[in-house]
Amino acid sequence: MALDSKIPKGPIADKWTNYKNHIDLVNPANKRNIDVIVVGTGLAGGSAAATLAELGYNVKAFCFQDSPRRAHSIAAQGGINAAKNYQGDGDSTYRLFYDTVKGGDYRSREANVYRLAEVSANIIDQCVAQGVPFAREYGGLLDNRSFGGVLVSRTFYAAGQTGQQLLLGAYSAMNRQIGRGKIKMYNRHEMLDVVVVGGKARGIITRNLITGEIERHSAHAVVLGTGGYGNVFFLSTNAMGSNVTAAWKAHKRGAYFANPCYTQIHPTCIPVSGDHQSKLTLMSESLRNDGRIWVPKKMEDVLAIRNKTLKPKDLAEEDRDYYLERRYPAFGNLVPRDVASRAAKERCDAGFGVNATGEAVFLDFASAITRYGKEQATVRHLDVNDAALVKKLGQEVVKNKYGNLFQMYEKIVDQDPYETPMMIYPAVHYTMGGVWVDYNLMTTVPGLYCIGEANFSDHGANRLGASALMQGLADGYFVLPYTIGDYLSKDIRTGKIPTNTPEFDEAEKNVRDRINHLINNNGTHSVDHFHKKLGKIMWDKVGMSRNAQGLKEAISEIKALREEFWKDVKVPGTNEEFNEELAKAGRVADFLELGELFAKDALMREESCGGHFREESVEQDGEQKGEAKRDDENFAFVAAWEYKGEPSDAVLHKEELEFVDIELKQRSYK
Amino acid sequence: MNLTLKIWRQKNKDDKGKLVDYKINEVSPDMSFLEMLDVLNEQLINKGEDPVAFDHDCREGICGMCSLFINGQAHGPDRGITTCQLHMRMFKDEDTIFIEPFRATAFPVIKDLVVDRTSFDRIQHAGGFISVNTSGNTIDANAIPVNKHDADEAFEAATCIGCGACVASCKNSSAMLFVGAKVSQFALLPQGKVEATDRVLNMVKQMDEEGFGNCTNTGACEIECPKGISLENIARMNREYLSASLKG
Repeated sequence: MALDSKIPKGPIADKWTNYKNHIDLVNPANKRNIDVIVVGTGLAGGSAAATLAELGYNVKAFCFQDSPRRAHSIAAQGGINAAKNYQGDGDSTYRLFYDTVKGGDYRSREANVYRLAEVSANIIDQCVAQGVPFAREYGGLLDNRSFGGVLVSRTFYAAGQTGQQLLLGAYSAMNRQIGRGKIKMYNRHEMLDVVVVGGKARGIITRNLITGEIERHSAHAVVLGTGGYGNVFFLSTNAMGSNVTAAWKAHKRGAYFANPCYTQIHPTCIPVSGDHQSKLTLMSESLRNDGRIWVPKKMEDVLAIRNKTLKPKDLAEEDRDYYLERRYPAFGNLVPRDVASRAAKERCDAGFGVNATGEAVFLDFASAITRYGKEQATVRHLDVNDAALVKKLGQEVVKNKYGNLFQMYEKIVDQDPYETPMMIYPAVHYTMGGVWVDYNLMTTVPGLYCIGEANFSDHGANRLGASALMQGLADGYFVLPYTIGDYLSKDIRTGKIPTNTPEFDEAEKNVRDRINHLINNNGTHSVDHFHKKLGKIMWDKVGMSRNAQGLKEAISEIKALREEFWKDVKVPGTNEEFNEELAKAGRVADFLELGELFAKDALMREESCGGHFREESVEQDGEQKGEAKRDDENFAFVAAWEYKGEPSDAVLHKEELEFVDIELKQRSYK
Repeated sequence: MNLTLKIWRQKNKDDKGKLVDYKINEVSPDMSFLEMLDVLNEQLINKGEDPVAFDHDCREGICGMCSLFINGQAHGPDRGITTCQLHMRMFKDEDTIFIEPFRATAFPVIKDLVVDRTSFDRIQHAGGFISVNTSGNTIDANAIPVNKHDADEAFEAATCIGCGACVASCKNSSAMLFVGAKVSQFALLPQGKVEATDRVLNMVKQMDEEGFGNCTNTGACEIECPKGISLENIARMNREYLSASLKG
């Protein structure tokens, strides 16, 4: 099947408006006869479910958590971008579009990104109307901050809990529709297959996580807003339950999986403390607005800090290497995430890591505290030369901005970041790859849609900070509700989709057979045992830096591990009960397939772009020496993989990327 | 550290349940409490026993999924955190730790330490929203200036994670802090004032129907709340409720 991205004709600034003017609509009376399934209730799924219900469709929404409010969007900290230009600092729809395409290292689809920038401003209006308590200035208007990879302040925020507040906004919109009976909510349900009838997605099979009951649900269209697959690395900033299962089942039913190797390794996370580690905690990128990243210049100071004979705050300025400011004077500490992560790895690989494991760098607020303190002292007509006073005033400002993050850090690490610099190290955070979708956000299976982090469309090979929330809500509130209507307008005479058909029988049998296999396997190792092994292969060989040999090894090691898993995994208990090990086993089984495709995709892409860094592809000389080298001549395409059985048999389809409105150039943050 | 754990085991909602003793050795003080339970579960699985069921997801204190009553306190001994942020450095070698589910009539046990908190969701369905369509055709965000003090207070109220610690800590299993926080968030914002009367009446009615108890101002909820939601929110809800009742 040839890939058709269905990008509307015309100038980029008019595409979305023209598109909306010419699609087919469904009249309100007919909407009442149409059912839509939404899987996942994060920013994308939650906003889509609420909006579709408001429009009049009958929505069934599903989440594996005990409440839709707990989806992992809730953990997003720093903010949400929107081209409001409230600061008058030169922002515009075009600039947000340009920053996003450039930040994504020219591997995203122009038309989708432009639409995202175009609807971004509306998101803020919408959320304020819903009562989302964004940070405000004393005049009562909305405040902004800036984020990595951009030169304007366009990020709206609610302290360090922006994701939580936006999700509660979407959840409240859902609640209104649940109360009206327009959304039927299924908590603690996990989707285990997509049902395709006559070539169209017409339902799903779920497992009730409390009773183990296997259920059939039908609809005229199915929407997946099921998030990313960072947990393929075992350790990531994702929630424990975040998984690829829904997306992977869609892939096995015909949805192409795009750019699986594009992973974002976030530069500012709390370093690993030991083998017991179950997850990693992010420290928001917003901290890089005020924090300066450094390691010591001299090895003797590194060793002294590790032995605790030297306190980091006592090291003289001239003995510190603020390596981001040194290497990238234009953007400094605000370079994009992929660049900042690789720079940290480079210093630590060179031996300058500042903790016992050698995998940590400092994020230091001392100069921000002094700067803010002096500002406050000036405003309040106090003595700017009183160091203790300045420090106290500065700490208050920093506490206001980042208090909850500092508290989080102190609880985990047992050190006070107001007094000593934080230690940070990169960790897996977000996956730009995902299910391939066209301009309508429809996958290669008609009637099956994919939105938010679960799809691949907007962030190319690297996502800019504060853009995930923007994409999730843009897809759910403003894009999908239009595009799905165009598709459903052909379904007004279809009538209810029956669930007693051979297609549902076959899908349910598949699900049951697999569960029975897992339960009756009686192997010797727990699910986590395999998950940790997979994570180690991924991190060592498919992580921040990749090469052909390592990737080939990873492919064969993951395949072998998968075979071992099916022979030797041990799942206690039965299906007919609350059984988290069984749920985990199903998710890890899918990660073991995805992981191989991931490595295969990384091996195919013989260039460095965004979060994908191939050691074979670096600049050899000039100002950019040592930086990642993209290959636009051979790799300016989306890699969409078609399922054919084993991951090794997956077939590559290329969607060539055309850049009409933005000139392809090397990304420079110097 | 070597520890003795006394953990509530209950097969399902109909089972009577009981405390069962477990020994766990070589616990690192840098482990989180839930990582300690992960280690215990790994050992149980390897021995062919049923692992302990507990709710958890983000493991960074924001999703509100984790719960646990640890040594008689919701989310354990430390202040201002959820169970997933509790670290073993808060305990000593040879300690005995009691681990029980959040207990309330409105939170029935599903299995072991996992409880059903959908009663919270149903209270939100009754009025925890502003009735505005998500079409995006609203007025510009900056057309509604909000006094910074009110915005900050609304935000403080909105940081509730819906974990249920307030209910579990209250001798009457009252949900007033949870409901008060949501009512306050909207009551403090101009956008929320339009529906304030119906909202507070409907949410309180649903709260009562779910079987939550009354507030007797002991303040245990505020102390145990991982997000420090203040009792002022209950007072504000009471005022809102009174004025709504008089209007109604």
